[in-house]
Amino acid sequence: MTEKKYPHHKVTGPDGAEFVVTPMEDYYCQERPQVQKSSNAVIEKFYNWARANSLWIVGFGTGCGAIEMRPLRTPRFDAYRYGVNWRATPRQSNLFIISGYLSVKTLKRVIRVYEQMQSPKYVLGLGSCTINGGMYWDSYNTIKRLDHYIPVDAYIPGCMPRPEALLDGFEELKKIIIAGEANGANLYAENFDWYKANQKKIIKNWDMPDYSW
Amino acid sequence: MIKFDEDRSRFPEKNPDGTNIIDLESGRFTHLWQGPVHPGITGNMSLELIVQGDEVMSCKTHVGYLHRGFEKLMERRRFIQCLPICVRICVPEPDFNEYCLCATVEELAGVEVPDAGQWMRTLLLEMARLQGYLMWLGGISGALGMGIIGQWTNYGRDLILDRFEEITGGRVYHMHMMPGGVRSMTPDGFNQRMEENLREISEILKDVHKTMIENTVFRTRTVGTGYIDPLMVNKYGITGPNARAAGILRDVRIEYPYLRYGELDFEPYLGKDSDIFTRTLVRYNDTLTSVDLIRQIMSKMPSKGPFMADMPNMLHFKIPRGETYIRAECSRGEFGYYTVTDGSGYPRRINARGPSYTHGVSLIEKLGINANIADVAALMVSLHIYPPEIER
Amino acid sequence: MKTLLTNLKKRHDITASKLQRNNELFVTVPNNQAVSLVTYLRDHEGFSHLVILSAVDWLEEEVFQLTYLLNNPELKQDIGVRTLVDRNEPVMESIHHLWEHSATYQRELFEMFGISFPTSPRMEEPFILEGWDGPPPYRRDFDTLKYAEETYFPRPGRTTNDVAAYMKEKLYPEDDND
Repeated sequence: MTEKKYPHHKVTGPDGAEFVVTPMEDYYCQERPQVQKSSNAVIEKFYNWARANSLWIVGFGTGCGAIEMRPLRTPRFDAYRYGVNWRATPRQSNLFIISGYLSVKTLKRVIRVYEQMQSPKYVLGLGSCTINGGMYWDSYNTIKRLDHYIPVDAYIPGCMPRPEALLDGFEELKKIIIAGEANGANLYAENFDWYKANQKKIIKNWDMPDYSW
Repeated sequence: MIKFDEDRSRFPEKNPDGTNIIDLESGRFTHLWQGPVHPGITGNMSLELIVQGDEVMSCKTHVGYLHRGFEKLMERRRFIQCLPICVRICVPEPDFNEYCLCATVEELAGVEVPDAGQWMRTLLLEMARLQGYLMWLGGISGALGMGIIGQWTNYGRDLILDRFEEITGGRVYHMHMMPGGVRSMTPDGFNQRMEENLREISEILKDVHKTMIENTVFRTRTVGTGYIDPLMVNKYGITGPNARAAGILRDVRIEYPYLRYGELDFEPYLGKDSDIFTRTLVRYNDTLTSVDLIRQIMSKMPSKGPFMADMPNMLHFKIPRGETYIRAECSRGEFGYYTVTDGSGYPRRINARGPSYTHGVSLIEKLGINANIADVAALMVSLHIYPPEIER
Repeated sequence: MKTLLTNLKKRHDITASKLQRNNELFVTVPNNQAVSLVTYLRDHEGFSHLVILSAVDWLEEEVFQLTYLLNNPELKQDIGVRTLVDRNEPVMESIHHLWEHSATYQRELFEMFGISFPTSPRMEEPFILEGWDGPPPYRRDFDTLKYAEETYFPRPGRTTNDVAAYMKEKLYPEDDND
């Protein structure tokens, strides 16, 4: 499947030189994620304090919760004062807000985005639909439990949660990070096979590498 | 040394039917995905672009990231249970879903809504339209790099959401309409607070006119971009402000006056050029109309009186076999519900027709071709595409 | 609308018709005449706007009902052209040459109901679902709750009540009639 979709091909550059492109090897690194352990507890504590006060969010509105993100960025709610910032690319972010239900098609993108984020990374599940399916408990296309696919640090219940609830969620997440309990990335690396099995169970056309950096 | 051809008109070669010949192997084209993780995309959808230089050669919409199967879920629910679920079809303006569902049930079951209930619904729909437009004004300015305007208009939207909260208790999802009427009338002192908010919003809109519509950068970017031919309106099923920008009156409020719109005095703005700038003008003027309409509704609305018809127990409510189509004008165009009932307490099929269905797939695939990559985001926002309506 | 109906009856075999509102009419025509009727309505009667193309699954009668809802912007009229398609072999003529956006509707119907419209562009391309291997989900015989419980991991502890029985028990347990 993957070989068929991304075949080796020869590319002629604009300057006339020819080179062979092997997409699965050239574009992706297929190395498994590693558990990262800190050696010094004091430094780790300082790091956690710093991380907790600069939560940078991926700008990926996966569901209807994304509509309450916009008011958060206005002076009325002003999430920026808590060190929260929105970034356009997963490479610059460390917090992923799953804003609501995830359809199978989005889950595939969410996994890619989550894996591309730099460690340590945190996930907030927004809305009841990430907890147990919520309103879509009998839908054939939405996942019911987010924590079976990616590790989740905290949930914000409600449909839809108010901006104040989101601010409270940030505060709660900060406490978890400062206490050193937000090790989702390590959890993902430890239980990598379990997460992958769950993901592959519902994503039927798996045409991407197992782990994309 | 890379050499570019000066004469761009020869590229790419064309098929006899006018479509571009695209050969990805040749190395002259780039395959580019705009979305779903992209700041310049409206909601969770993606555009698959094939570009040469910075010119789009082929544009394909990919939707389905937000599919929850509403139409299937509603078949498993009673009519009254459909209400909280159907509002999730369109997040920025959920009230039109409530209205369409309630009006469908009322028409098929032969229920008459009392006068006060009708006025209250008109007020709710107009408030929803106003906040939808305010959000859009922030969106188009954001897509063209003027983020500050979004801060002002979103503040204005928050004011409307506060009034919604006051009436209904919910900020985003309201579920205030019920088959047979509405749940309550406006609380005491509502008109005065609303009037204050409208005054504030009018001030914001004046600033938006000064900083966005009179802005040279904005004009240079948008005039002449994304032109819709008036002949395309029927061919592509264009409705609402996008059709009005092409000079064709498509406004359900005027064509098929529903609720109390027949008693209100307003005239939609018609554009001629139908580029991004004209669409902005149409929506900007519609925002002003909306502010005016809310004032009119508040002055004409009865403050007392029955607002809910006598309804049987909705849990055992059965609707005879029939079908109908109910339409309403939302801020993006014609919103409608095609409903088929089969005599049971459950709908046989409800098909929601969102305006984005036509704008977001066939139209943008046509308009995207030969656009500049930098304009694609503005083009998309200018059509006011909202993906959950497409896939539901 | 009355004159329109008599006019249409002269040209096509209209088997049933219903005036839903004074500007909304539903007519039923045989399968092979639907596209010609829709074309006629568009070209000669001014029904130039295709509002919706929808399907209904009548499982008990083994048919799919297709509805082409057309709108006349000049006279402010709606007409719904209904036609029945065999459920076991659902194939229908395409109307993508009449309206550009009808191709989108047809892609959706193919994916959600399995109704095939040969010659319609990008028919086989997945539209909404990705990697779907079950039956077309909008068919009545597809049980979404069963599929969801088997495929996803429901969180234990969630209970579901039948709303009518639950409300009766809580609110009016002594009342016997519905």
